[in-house]
Amino acid sequence: MKIPFLRLYAMAYLLFLYAPILLLPLFAFNDATVISFPLKGFTTQWFAQMAENEALRKATLNSLLIATSSAVMATALGMFVARAATRFRFPGKGGVVGFIMLPLVLPEIIVSVSLLVVLLQLGVSLSAFTVILGHVLICTPYAAAILNTSFGALDRSLEEAAYDLGETKFSTFRLITLPLVMPGIISSLLISFTISLDEFIIAFFLAGAEPTLPTYIFSQLRFPKGIPMIMALGTVLVAMSVLLLTIAEYFRRRGVARTGIKDTGGFL
Amino acid sequence: MDSDTDVRNGGDSTGPQRAAPLLTRLRHSEAVNGWLLISPTALYALLLLAAPLVTLFTFSFFKDGYLTIIPEFTLENYQATLSDPIFAALMQRSLWVSGLVTLATVLTAFPIAYYLSFHVAPALKARWLFLITIPFWTSYLIRVFLWKVILGYNGVVNSGLKELGLIDKPLEFLLYNVNSIVLTLSHSYAPFAILPIYVALEKIDRALLEAGQDLGESRLMTFWRVTLPLAMPGVIAAVLIVFIPTIGDYVTPQLIGGGKIPMVANLIQARMLDMDNKPLGSAVAVISMAIVAVVSILFLALNRRFLRGQK
Repeated sequence: MKIPFLRLYAMAYLLFLYAPILLLPLFAFNDATVISFPLKGFTTQWFAQMAENEALRKATLNSLLIATSSAVMATALGMFVARAATRFRFPGKGGVVGFIMLPLVLPEIIVSVSLLVVLLQLGVSLSAFTVILGHVLICTPYAAAILNTSFGALDRSLEEAAYDLGETKFSTFRLITLPLVMPGIISSLLISFTISLDEFIIAFFLAGAEPTLPTYIFSQLRFPKGIPMIMALGTVLVAMSVLLLTIAEYFRRRGVARTGIKDTGGFL
Repeated sequence: MDSDTDVRNGGDSTGPQRAAPLLTRLRHSEAVNGWLLISPTALYALLLLAAPLVTLFTFSFFKDGYLTIIPEFTLENYQATLSDPIFAALMQRSLWVSGLVTLATVLTAFPIAYYLSFHVAPALKARWLFLITIPFWTSYLIRVFLWKVILGYNGVVNSGLKELGLIDKPLEFLLYNVNSIVLTLSHSYAPFAILPIYVALEKIDRALLEAGQDLGESRLMTFWRVTLPLAMPGVIAAVLIVFIPTIGDYVTPQLIGGGKIPMVANLIQARMLDMDNKPLGSAVAVISMAIVAVVSILFLALNRRFLRGQK
C-alpha cells in the first residue's frame, strides 16, 4: 500500500494552522492565573470577569460602531468598483482599480502613519471616526474583490430584458441586479466587519484616547494578571468570527449557485 | 436612434456635432459611464491614500520644529536615517526575517496548494479552502500571543516536554529570537501563500501533464518541467504578497520578540510617536518603502521569463 504523504502533510499543516485557536479555549476555562500546562481545573470565572469589565465594554462598543460603519461604507464603495470593472471598458481602468486595491499589499504601518500625519496636520482630533476612515480604506479592496465575482457572474441579458420591458435604469438595478448580487453584498459586509473588528495597527495609531477591542487587548497583554480574561475574550471573538465567516461562506456559495458559475472557492 | 447605435459601436464617428447628441454620446459612452461609476471609490482612495502618501513623502524633506513642522526643504532626515546604525541594523534584520518568512511560507504552502488542486475531489475544494482561511480571519493579536504561550518559558512545548520527562529545565531558545518571529509570521501569512499558488495550479491544463507522461517523462520530471514552470506566476505572486506586508509587521516583533528584536515598523513608530519627530519618521518610512520596492522589482525582473506569455 502507498503511504499518502501529501495527505498526511496536509493534515499536519492544518494542525499547525489551528494550534493557537485550539489551545485558546483550554486556557479560557482553566482555573489558574498562569497560562501553562498542566491544566488545573474547570472554571468560568474569566468569562464572568469579562462581563463586569467596564473598559472592555467601552472598547467593545467602539469596535462594533467602527466595524459596522466600515463594513457598510466599504461595501458601498466596493460596489462602485465591481460594477464599473465588470460592466464597462474604459481607459485607465487597470490603473485606477489597481490603485484602489493597493492597501492589500501596502504594509499597514505605512497606511497608518501617512494618515496620521495628514490628520494631525489638518487638526482633526483622533477618535473612532478617524479609525473608520482608515478601516474603510483597507476593507474596500476585499469588498471589491468579493463583489467583483458577484457582478462578474451577472448575465447582462437579464438587465437588457428589463430595459426592453420598460423598466428604468434605477428600477432595473433594484429589481434585477440587486437581488442577484445580494449574497455577494452580505458576504462582503460580513468580511469587512470581521477585518475591521480585528484590525490593530490603524486603530493603534488613529484611535487617540478611544480604545478598540484590539488596542485594549494589546494594552492588557503586558499584565500577566489579566491574561486569563484575555483568553476568555479571545475565545468569544474566535467563536464569533467563525460564525460570521460561516454565514458569509454560506451566502457566497448561494450566490455562486444562483448565478450558476463554477465554484472556485475562497474569499481572496 | 442613429447616434445611439454608432456610439455603442465605439463612438468615434467624425462629423458635425450638435450639443444634444454630444450629451447623449457622453451619457452612452462606456468610458464616461465607467469613470463616473468608479469615481466615488477612486476619490476616496485619492483623498485618503494618495494624498497621505504624498504628504508623507513631502514631510520627509521638511524640518522638525518643536510641536510643528517647518516647511523648509532639507535632506537632513535622509542623511540622519541613512547614517544611523540602528536603522541599518533594523532594516537588515527586517529584510532577513521577511526573506526567511517568505521562503518558509512559500515552501510549506506549495505542497498544500498542490494537494488541494490535484488530490482533493472538486466538490470538497471549497470546503478545504474555507478551512484554511478560517484561522487567518480570527484575532491576529491573540493568535500571535498564543505562539508566545506555546513557545514561552513555561509554555506548552516546554511544559509538555517536561511532563514527558524529556527535559529537566525549560528550553530557552524557543522564544524571543528571530526563529520564533519567523514561525509566528509564517503562521499568519500561510493563506496568502497557499491561495495564489492554488489558483495558478488550477489553471494548468491537465492534458499537458498526461502529454508529458505519454512522451516518456517520469512523474517527477513532468512535475519539474511542466507543472512547476506553469505554477511559477502563482509562486511569484505568493512571494510578493508575503514579503511586502511582513517587512512592515509591527505586532509580532513587539510581542514575540519581547520588544528586544525590533524591526523597521517599530522604528517608524518610535520616531513618529515616541520621539514625535514626524519628518524623521516619514524619511524612515519612505526609505523602507523604496528598499522594499527595489527588492520586489529585482525579484520580478529575475523571474520575468516565467511571467512572459501571461495574459
